[in-house]
Amino acid sequence: MSLPTRAEVEDLFYREAALLDDWRLDEWMALLTDDAAYYVPPNDKPDADHRDTLFTIADNNARLKERVRRIKDRNCHAEHPHSRTRRMIANVRVTSAAGGAGKDCEARANFVIHRFRRGEDVRVFVGEYRYRLRREGDALKIAERRAILDAEELGSLGAVSFIL
Amino acid sequence: MTGCYVVEDREKLTFRVSRETLVSPAILEEERARLFERCWIYVGHGSEVAEPGAFRTRSVAGRPVIFCRDQAGHVRCLVNSCRHRGAIVCSEREGTQRSFTCPYHGWTYDGTGALTSVPGDDAYGPGFDKGTLGLAVPPRLEAYRDFWFLNFDRDAEPLAQYLAGAKEYIDLVTEQSPSGRLQVIAGVQEYDIRANWKLLVENSVDDYHLPATHSTWLNYMRSAGVTTRPQQGLLLPTKGAGKDLGHGHLTTDNPNFRGRPVAAWISIYGEDAKADIAEIRAELVQRLGPARAARIADTNRNLVVFPNLVVNDGSSVTIRTFFPISPERMHVTAWALGPAEETEAQRARRLDAFLTFYGPGGFATPDDVAALELVQQGCVAWRDAPWSDLSRGMAKDAADQLNTDEGHLRVFWRRWSELMERRP
Repeated sequence: MSLPTRAEVEDLFYREAALLDDWRLDEWMALLTDDAAYYVPPNDKPDADHRDTLFTIADNNARLKERVRRIKDRNCHAEHPHSRTRRMIANVRVTSAAGGAGKDCEARANFVIHRFRRGEDVRVFVGEYRYRLRREGDALKIAERRAILDAEELGSLGAVSFIL
Repeated sequence: MTGCYVVEDREKLTFRVSRETLVSPAILEEERARLFERCWIYVGHGSEVAEPGAFRTRSVAGRPVIFCRDQAGHVRCLVNSCRHRGAIVCSEREGTQRSFTCPYHGWTYDGTGALTSVPGDDAYGPGFDKGTLGLAVPPRLEAYRDFWFLNFDRDAEPLAQYLAGAKEYIDLVTEQSPSGRLQVIAGVQEYDIRANWKLLVENSVDDYHLPATHSTWLNYMRSAGVTTRPQQGLLLPTKGAGKDLGHGHLTTDNPNFRGRPVAAWISIYGEDAKADIAEIRAELVQRLGPARAARIADTNRNLVVFPNLVVNDGSSVTIRTFFPISPERMHVTAWALGPAEETEAQRARRLDAFLTFYGPGGFATPDDVAALELVQQGCVAWRDAPWSDLSRGMAKDAADQLNTDEGHLRVFWRRWSELMERRP
């Protein structure tokens, strides 16, 4: 694929952050390819493979759809009422050159996500996104997103019940 | 004494627990002294320190410890605090090394905890005896099936005796490995819950909450082709039991409806896993006979080893231990456990199955966390509504307690009361 510019990748990441913060999850899903995967590696093994290491989240596309269905359901107690989140995306980098026709490209960004819930202290999720991006027609889409947390352990961050 | 915190009325068939037990700093202090200083407390699994020199640092019962294997191959548990001035000697999470050197003044200890070198030791007088200055160790460290426990009470009964009926349930997990060797899988889940630690004991075995708390998980299972309709007269698809294993240990013991990596296929594993799971099943039958194989493969069991170890053998196997930070907060550590000889595909399937339910990003655990935090928030009003009710199933015999009754939860609280409310 032709290598996207940083501005194009930034536009995608900013749009994604806004949709997630606004809980417009169906529109967010439309930014993903049909085979998109979502990973949150364990805090103690950020570079590990989910096939041999216990992850916090390792969703293939089918499970990611189920996750979105779940957190939209009002019986998902961990996210109802919904968390309020605010994402700051920075240091956006296109990290791999295009590998030729049909190949995905890779991009990274730093994130800070503040999460607020009634009666709770703010929780701050800090880390790095690693993305695989694919061009489908005119659109740049997300084929894989990996949210790597910098915290040594989840600890006071508790559960990861919203989309990081 | 029939306690003032746990009140059982055998005539009215009610069982109540004071909510003060969930909020009181004084009660937590008593728990530290009477439970965590006297019971056998889980430290780790032998597979985590497989080779000589391997170590893991963690916090157990409020102490920083080094869980390690010395050069002679013996598993050790050392208090991670220098005998000189008290600094943490080893800050690495895990690794392999022959010795531990304190970063402050350079005192060095070997893998048994013995003090082997002190920089400038000619400055000390004749009474300075390195032989008495090894890292502190808990008075007792014993294992059952490579599950290692410590005890700060020198006079505690042996672990094997303490575990009572819980041993059989650890066996049911261990026997899933053809060689009897289980392995803690890389990737640890450590997270806090803003709730009293005893609420997680209850929650780990409380199947009454499943339909209300985990309806979204049940939806997910249903869409994956699992039958989740409750049996007539029950709250769940199968008729499970809640069991008293003695000494405060308890378990659920439920006919499986949700699939098991060893060895009951469900559609969520995919068609290509069918033959492999049938092979795992055949190996079990061949090795253990059809009855024992069915016992292992067709039941799910959530085990509590009093006071704070949980082994869930359900959608996957997890070891979970948790310690109070304050009355309102606990720190949870959870690992995945599997047979050491699993193939890559089997291991991947096990981990995938784990995440369908368990863990801070799973489809069920976050809602448990939310539920427990709501309990804690509500129990601020303990003076106005002082009692929690655990009376379900009180009208039935112990042998007839369902997993959705509260007979097994009462087992925990009776033991808690015995240790906490008995006058010294």
